[in-house]
Amino acid sequence: MCLGVPGRVVRVEGSSALVDFFGVCRRVRLELVDEPVAPGDYILNHVGYAIRRIPEADIEGTLAMYEQLLHEAEGDLMAADVQGELKGTRE
Amino acid sequence: MSAQGLAELKFRDTHRASALAAALSRTVSEVGRAPVAVMHVCGSHEQAIARFGLRTRFPKDLHVIMGPGCPVCITDQPEVDEAVALARQGVRIVTYGDMVRVPGSAASLADAQSEGARVEVVYSIDQAIALAKTSDEPLVFFATGFETTAVATAAAIVAGLPANFFVLSAHKYIPPVMEIVAEMPDSKIEGFVAAGHAATITGWGIFEAFVARHHVPVVVAGFEPLDILAALVRLVELIRDRKWTVENMFPRCVTREGNLVAQRQLWQVFSPMGGRWRGIAHVPNGNLRLRDEWAHLDARRVFEIDLQKLWDDAPSLLAQQCVCGDIMSGLKNPGDCALFGAECQPDNPVGACMVSSEGTCRIWHEYGRQRAS
Amino acid sequence: MTVATLQKVAMKHGAGGRSMRRLIEKVFLEGTTGIAAAMDDGAVIPIGDRFLIFTTDSHVIHPLVFPGGDIGRLAIAGTVNDLAMMGATEPLGLTCGVILEEGFPVEELVRVQASMRTACGEAGTSVVAGDTKVMRRGEIDGLVINTSGVGIAARVIRDRGLRPGDDIIVTGTIGDHGMAVMAVRHDFNFGEPLCSDVAPLNGMIRAALAATPDGISAMKDPTRGGVASALHEMAGKSRVGIVLDEAAVPVRATVRAAADLLGIDPLLIANEGKALLGVRPDAVDAVLAALRAHPYGGEAAVIGRCVEDSPGTIVLETGFGRRLLSEPDGELLPRIC
Repeated sequence: MCLGVPGRVVRVEGSSALVDFFGVCRRVRLELVDEPVAPGDYILNHVGYAIRRIPEADIEGTLAMYEQLLHEAEGDLMAADVQGELKGTRE
Repeated sequence: MSAQGLAELKFRDTHRASALAAALSRTVSEVGRAPVAVMHVCGSHEQAIARFGLRTRFPKDLHVIMGPGCPVCITDQPEVDEAVALARQGVRIVTYGDMVRVPGSAASLADAQSEGARVEVVYSIDQAIALAKTSDEPLVFFATGFETTAVATAAAIVAGLPANFFVLSAHKYIPPVMEIVAEMPDSKIEGFVAAGHAATITGWGIFEAFVARHHVPVVVAGFEPLDILAALVRLVELIRDRKWTVENMFPRCVTREGNLVAQRQLWQVFSPMGGRWRGIAHVPNGNLRLRDEWAHLDARRVFEIDLQKLWDDAPSLLAQQCVCGDIMSGLKNPGDCALFGAECQPDNPVGACMVSSEGTCRIWHEYGRQRAS
Repeated sequence: MTVATLQKVAMKHGAGGRSMRRLIEKVFLEGTTGIAAAMDDGAVIPIGDRFLIFTTDSHVIHPLVFPGGDIGRLAIAGTVNDLAMMGATEPLGLTCGVILEEGFPVEELVRVQASMRTACGEAGTSVVAGDTKVMRRGEIDGLVINTSGVGIAARVIRDRGLRPGDDIIVTGTIGDHGMAVMAVRHDFNFGEPLCSDVAPLNGMIRAALAATPDGISAMKDPTRGGVASALHEMAGKSRVGIVLDEAAVPVRATVRAAADLLGIDPLLIANEGKALLGVRPDAVDAVLAALRAHPYGGEAAVIGRCVEDSPGTIVLETGFGRRLLSEPDGELLPRIC
């Protein structure tokens, strides 16, 4: 339910921060975020307010969770083919 | 990790998406009955599904239905009327873009604007505050959106607004309407996808009583294509295994308790009130209204809003044929509406669902029939 | 309300999309000859065995100055490009009618004029006639410019010339102009300023046409309404379907980021220095090479192909599925959730 876009904090200035959204910088207010935010952190922005500090570990954790779902596709021939393809392209 | 990595590569990987789509197909067939119907309650989820063309990859036995999750669409006519009346009375109205064309009983804010009323569009309440500071005259911010947007309004109010800034709150709260939908006698919904950003605020814990009461699983999902596909796989697994639980598939943003700082400010400013959602009848605690301590900036209490002139016009025959209500409850889809794509189109909309960029009808019209051949 | 019952003109009637087209068809084309009814980038008037191409454009852009250009450059480039899109890449001359608001600073006018002169120089043409009017303060907003242009084409390229099997080429990154203007107009603060792509393209198009005798089947420049609007017109008039590969469409990272933030699709955003070409498959390599060799065509790319199915519709392959790209209508509004 949102145009919630993640961005990286460049600078914190009192109750607002300058945030880099893939090269485009915007000022975002910090009154709603529930933990301290520092340059380099990622935040989720919604209508000009940061609503969440996104912990980096959770990004990897989310991907691991999706991989797990794919493991259970062992028995499915088509999914197994795609799995094989995936292994070949893993970063 | 680069900024690119955060979203672009990791959650939009087309190979992983294919694998998840295959897993979804397999899981749906394992449920052993067809169709399996699940509902999401978020305009942005529908936007993402439509934008990436995900429905063309869903198995045909899985029906992913959009429920009343478009905050613009469910803003009721009397609420729009209040804003239109104020605009016609000469008050400067500022609102989010999507609200401008939503029809009230007789007119939309866009209609009022073309007659000379001052209606301006902003992207954030901060921009509205900046506009208010350009003169002494009163400015009314027509505040729409669900809890994720309401917290921004709350934070701005708590931080202090200029004396000439007033708020007309049409904010809504989503969890109560999920109850309504789950209780509908015709409802065949077997599971819900909860909106990830709203849950960032409220936490996923609020759904625990819901799943226990209604015996349907709830999965909280993010908005990237992988997020949505993975959440659907998990939801269908829970349906298959008859597990009435809440699962969080958006841990990078959502926790069990949610954002307590935001919640505190939300309930400091707003209190939930029952009210009508457009087309859905009464939703207990579904509307967010300003608490008494903020009466001095509540447009409803400060201004005399004259609605009579608007209600003198009878509702049009077309409006009576509009089935937005059924569409938002998931009972019908736009194709079932006689007006869809004919008398009702984005440039001459009859119902709110065709106006908002998150309205089911608008999305279907824009992105095409959901199974583009 | 349909055009039949329309009482008043609204902003959407100037936005370049469906509503504008309907207004033109209903109001302006009533009782006109076939030449105007083609509604192409320029009018085609046969003269002997060649064709006079005649076009006109009014510029009401606000703000007058933006990163990458100003109303002057836009006025010249817009008309030169309309001629080029019809195959007339050597404009014979342009006219320039100016309507000024009382109180408009002469210094700004001098600056706009200098821009126009520079753009004319690039395009190899000049303003040969003009008109100047002044309206009272408040009766018009600052400055409005109308430019008209004429050129000769031995072979006319129409926007309705696409055939099934043709490839669609875009000459570079999309969304630059609209996003740059939107950023200034709505006072968004972007770290790296978004820059308009406004430029006269006749030199580049001349090179592309020279690279192939008749391999270019159709051309259109995606201005208001963006690539989506232009392709819809081309597909509709040509009676072909188009399949677009979303991943192949070149978009600058900053433009994509800004568009994402505002919830706007880059395919809907205006461009003022890009062209869309329909190209026969055996001419694609030659045309791409010619475009890429030109400063304005460095990022030219094939973005789709024409098909027989569903004439007039555009299907977008997203990488995750497919969807229809609909014809835009009205002004772009920032969305919320």
